[in-house]
Amino acid sequence: MSLDKDQVQHIAMLARLRVADDEIAETVDKLSRIVDFVDQLSQADTTAVVPMAHPLDAAQRLRPDAVTEPDERDEAQKNAPALSDGFYLVPKVIE
Amino acid sequence: MSSKDLHTQGLMQLAEGLENGDFTAVELVTALLDRIQAHDGELNAFITVTADAALQAAKRSDELRRKGDGGVLNGLPLVHKDIFCTRGVLTTCGSRMLENFVSPYDATVVGRMADAGAVMLGKTNMDEFAMGSSNETSYFGPVKNPWDLACSPGGSSGGSAASVAARISPAATGTDTGGSIRQPAALTGTTGLKPTYGRVSRYGMVAFASSLDQAGVITRSAEDAALLLGVMAGFDARDSTSIDHPVPDYLAGLGRPLKGLRVGIVRQHFDAGLDEETGSAVREALSVLEAQGASLTEVDLPNLDLSVPTYYVVAPAECSSNLSRFDGVRFGHRAENPEDLLDLYCRSRGEGFGAEVKRRILTGTYVLSAGYYDAYYLKAQQVRQLIADDFRKAFADVDVIAGPTAPSPAFRLGDKTDDPITMYLNDIYTIGANLAGLPGISIPCGFASELPVGLHLVGPHFGEEQILRTAHQYQLLTDWHTRCPEGYA
Amino acid sequence: MSAAWEVVIGLEIHTQLATKSKIFSGASTAYGAEPNTQACLIDLGYPGVLPVLNEEVVRMACKFGLAVNATVAPRSVFARKNYFYPDLPKGYQISQYELPIVEHGELFITDGEGNEKRIGITRAHLEEDAGKSVHEGLDRYSGIDLNRAGTPLLEIVSEPDLRSAKEAVAYMRKIHTIVRYLGISDGNMQEGSFRCDANVSVRPRGDEVLGTRTEIKNLNSFRFVERAINFEIERQIDVLEDGGEVVQETRLYDSGRDETRSMRSKEEANDYRYFPDPDLLPVEISEAFIDGVRETLPELPDDKRRRFVDDYGVKQDDAAILTVSRALADYFEEASASADAQAQVVANWVIGDLSGALNKEGLEIEACRIPAEDLAGLINRIQDNTISGKIAKEVFEAMWAGEGTADAVIEARGLKQITDSSAIEAIVDKVVADNPGQAAEYRAGKEKLIGFFVGQVMKETGGKANPGQVNEVLRAKLKEGGQ
Repeated sequence: MSLDKDQVQHIAMLARLRVADDEIAETVDKLSRIVDFVDQLSQADTTAVVPMAHPLDAAQRLRPDAVTEPDERDEAQKNAPALSDGFYLVPKVIE
Repeated sequence: MSSKDLHTQGLMQLAEGLENGDFTAVELVTALLDRIQAHDGELNAFITVTADAALQAAKRSDELRRKGDGGVLNGLPLVHKDIFCTRGVLTTCGSRMLENFVSPYDATVVGRMADAGAVMLGKTNMDEFAMGSSNETSYFGPVKNPWDLACSPGGSSGGSAASVAARISPAATGTDTGGSIRQPAALTGTTGLKPTYGRVSRYGMVAFASSLDQAGVITRSAEDAALLLGVMAGFDARDSTSIDHPVPDYLAGLGRPLKGLRVGIVRQHFDAGLDEETGSAVREALSVLEAQGASLTEVDLPNLDLSVPTYYVVAPAECSSNLSRFDGVRFGHRAENPEDLLDLYCRSRGEGFGAEVKRRILTGTYVLSAGYYDAYYLKAQQVRQLIADDFRKAFADVDVIAGPTAPSPAFRLGDKTDDPITMYLNDIYTIGANLAGLPGISIPCGFASELPVGLHLVGPHFGEEQILRTAHQYQLLTDWHTRCPEGYA
Repeated sequence: MSAAWEVVIGLEIHTQLATKSKIFSGASTAYGAEPNTQACLIDLGYPGVLPVLNEEVVRMACKFGLAVNATVAPRSVFARKNYFYPDLPKGYQISQYELPIVEHGELFITDGEGNEKRIGITRAHLEEDAGKSVHEGLDRYSGIDLNRAGTPLLEIVSEPDLRSAKEAVAYMRKIHTIVRYLGISDGNMQEGSFRCDANVSVRPRGDEVLGTRTEIKNLNSFRFVERAINFEIERQIDVLEDGGEVVQETRLYDSGRDETRSMRSKEEANDYRYFPDPDLLPVEISEAFIDGVRETLPELPDDKRRRFVDDYGVKQDDAAILTVSRALADYFEEASASADAQAQVVANWVIGDLSGALNKEGLEIEACRIPAEDLAGLINRIQDNTISGKIAKEVFEAMWAGEGTADAVIEARGLKQITDSSAIEAIVDKVVADNPGQAAEYRAGKEKLIGFFVGQVMKETGGKANPGQVNEVLRAKLKEGGQ
């Protein structure tokens, strides 16, 4: 196994994913298999190869600085699970 | 033509029929809605059927036509993969996370189709967030392959492929990140086109892996795909990665014969791992192209075997970030009675996402995390460059690269769910085009074990005309693309 | 602070760029709207939406780069900084990581000994601001307002070149002045348009190796920057002198208690998993674009200050004050152009009474009630002896209260100075005659009584007599009377 339970729990925390106790063994097993599989990449000789972030060789286009988006709060908030006075609600964040 | 066989026709024929007044859009749409009623129980190809809206839109298009108005797709029905945002309509992405999500806006692709007059019949089932090659990761259950209901139609655009194969819809949109249009097209005997990255706007397509995702279509013929591509393609100011490149008349280019066409055959494509019957069907297809005047040349893609591992670093990395927005705060599934913020996040996401999506998020988080970035993510980006270089070199000598779309025909549901790697390897022939951003098309070219086989054609950047023409010329001489699964004629 | 310790400070200043629309969307950046009414689908991170970069943001970053003598990168890249927080809708912040738009800049501050000191600017990069959380009045919940999400920010990172809280403040003020000169930010600290994080460490003087640093987050006033840093320096020295170790951590300044405290909620190890944002392409900036921006650059504060000293003959310190804001400097120049007095006189008025009046009401120079030309008009009336300096103060106040130009006030209130010498002589004669006792004492050598006589004459004239002239006539008359 290339990954252990603690590593998987750590990654799951970074990703904010709850992995239930009964899922953890299978998750560790499958993730380890995936990691072993992608480990093949280490065999490739990539000396001096420029990493490719994009399939096309193009530059960012710029848009003019203009207000073009109307207020769509009502429409957008129809999907919101918890609201109050136009605010999205989350359990109290204590700083 | 009687309204009884309207479902058997492709887009070009339907357009002609509507134009000639042989039938109305309302009749056409009604007939297809009846097909959904009749067949979707067994196929599970749809997540949402928009019958009322479709009939209204059909009525409007009939009125427009009477006035001599209407776009190039006026009155033509199609279905959208449920990854495209549709204003006022459920957009689930095959996930519990978005089970109740109603998009407040239309994806650019959806808007362009509607503006051209197309009538949406509904939204099709798919692998959750497009992560899968069998449609088994959908929260709404797997789609069945009309050729054999015990088999997968492939994925992730499985519902789109099945609905076209089953003659429910003449055309469907799809998205293709590693083969999600072409592989299901191959497995269902349909034509599936993935355009060049940047050719079609990604705006309004729920993102899986941003540098790989591309919208395309599944149709009954290359000609129909050319018709739709002409509508979908083109610059979109809302997508920074959309390319401002002229859109040719794809239909006009289809008629050119294949004489002089240089077709590259990839040596590695016929290595071990390819099903024998599938290999024979593809070889047979290549000889048809040769008979039409194309020359076959062997090309080398030495890094091809690394395309799947490269993909399984790049795609999960991007997806792990893209899917962070699903946090139970502004939209999507929210866990009940969260104890605190962390609990809200972890449970909303833990409950909202299925197992495969979680695996990909975890894989992506891992390969980007401190200490692993260079070994995995950066390395994969370098190998991606090597793969793209291989294609560049190959396209110096050939116009089109041809080979199998998938290593085997449709597999049985449940057969590949235990081992993620087996499932991932199903996309071995298609992933390269996504990594390099190239256009590809899968067209039916025969059968293996009585199930359809796909011929895969890949072109250079913005080489859609070339692959569409090759596919069309092939379809002029063959009838594989007209074969209909039993029970759906 | 012990002389045995050396303080090392670096600042990360976040300045909101004064664009109309957001960095990646066409939503308005206006401050103070109803919650979430200026958060469009892109700002909300809705499924399927994509970012498109605002051209003005690039232009502004470029302007800043040129102003601090930095390199503007021909190619810069946006990356995603991944972390979960309710005010961060996408679960990642689009920022620049490995390839920022501006690098290797510098500016000069005046250090504790009055010498010019160079402060290096490591980099300045573009990023999007987050939303805001509201914690009051929502019971067990926090409310999220995403209006601010997506507002363009330029994060300006200094080298660890600052050696005291005072230097840190001087540096921050300098950046504040520059961004406002360039018109790329309103610099409004109350509204959070200009704020900073301070990295503070101490080390035994003479050591090469840097001490462990702490980061104080979100300081939004110059005063807080100074206090927070000073508190932190003392705290770290105390810890070290007690034989302890400074913990590398994020701290928050509590202005109520005037102390910094550890932000335990952020203690969880951060792993931001930066990677290039696949939704955005590399930003390429051509030489031509940079040249175009260069042409629009205004005169910068240091150049202006030098010019005020060299061309106007204004005192160094005054020139520094006048050039703190471009509007103030413009006001001064405009007033000087219309005034028939030495520029230093104008400077005194601007820095003195005018700034006093503005400060009293908390106004910026842009909201000044007296146009520059009118201030010059007032100064001219002093110069041509129409009014005395003392009366001028009254005229100024009337002008400030909206009674019109100096001439109008002088006319309406009858404040014109009496310069007619025969009239003054007559009043002087009367005053001397009315106060024979004091006159005698003066003549006997009690010369300070001259003040008493001047006062009497001014009283008689309602302050309108020219004091110099009164003085002169009085001395002559008192002398005369003695003979």
